[in-house]
Amino acid sequence: MIQGVGITHVLIVSTLMFFIGIYGFLTRKNLITILIAIELILNSVAINFIVINKYLFPEKINGQIFSLFIIAVAAAEVAIAIAVVIDFYRINKSIDVEHGETMKY
Amino acid sequence: MFYILAIIILVFSFLAVTSSKVMRATMYLLFTLIATGGLYFLIDYNFMASVQLIVYAGGIVALIIFAVMLTEKIEAKIALPDKTKMIFAGLLSIVGSIVTIYILLSHPFKESSNDIGQTVSVIGENLLNYGEGGFVLPFELVSILLLASLIAAIVIAKRKFDN
Repeated sequence: MIQGVGITHVLIVSTLMFFIGIYGFLTRKNLITILIAIELILNSVAINFIVINKYLFPEKINGQIFSLFIIAVAAAEVAIAIAVVIDFYRINKSIDVEHGETMKY
Repeated sequence: MFYILAIIILVFSFLAVTSSKVMRATMYLLFTLIATGGLYFLIDYNFMASVQLIVYAGGIVALIIFAVMLTEKIEAKIALPDKTKMIFAGLLSIVGSIVTIYILLSHPFKESSNDIGQTVSVIGENLLNYGEGGFVLPFELVSILLLASLIAAIVIAKRKFDN
C-alpha cells in the first residue's frame, strides 16, 4: 500500500473517474469520443479491483487477474468498435451517432 | 506522489470527455492511462502496471488514433452538446458520485496490515491452474474472445458495398 494514503482516497479518485466517463458517454455524439468515455469507465473499474486487492487482501491475486481480464476484454471491444466505426463512416460519411439511421425502421 | 497522479488522472480524464477535438481527447486519454499505470507502480504491482502501459497506453490508444485518422480530419471540431443535455448529464454524474463517495466514506474498510508483494510467477501459475481457485477457464475464454474479435473486426471492416 502507499504510505500515508488510505484506501478511500484511491477509491474516491476511481469513483470520480467513473462518473466523468458516464458524463462523457451521455453528452458526446461522436462515436470515437463515446469509445474514449467507455475506456475511462473500464479503466476506473480496473483501478478498483487492483486497489481493493492490494489494500484488503494482499495475500491473494484475484483482483489482479480480474483486472487483467478487464484489460483483455477492453482490447477486444476496442478492436470491434473501431471496425464498426470505420464501417459506419463508409455508410454515413460521418461518425456522429445521429446520422446512423440505417437500422432505424 | 499519489496526489500528483490523482490530479493528473482527474484533470486529463475530464479534458478527455470535454475537449472539442477528437485527437486531443485521445491524447488526454493516453495521459490518463499512463497516470493509471503510474498508480499501479506506486502500489507495487509492477506486472499490472506494465500490462496497463503495453495494452492500454500502447495498443488501444494506437488503435483509436488510427480510427481518428481514418475517419475525420485532424483539425475538425466536434459539435458541443446542447445545454440541457449537458446539465442533465452533469447533474446525474455529480449526484451519482456524491452518493458513491458517501457510501465509501461511511463503509469501514478493514485494511490488511501485511504488505507482501506477489510475484509474477504466482499470477502465471494461477492463470494456468485447473485445480481449486484456478483461472484456466476464464483464461481460455479470453483467448477465444480475442480470436473471435480479431475475425469479427476483419469481417466487419472488409465488407463491400454496392452503392
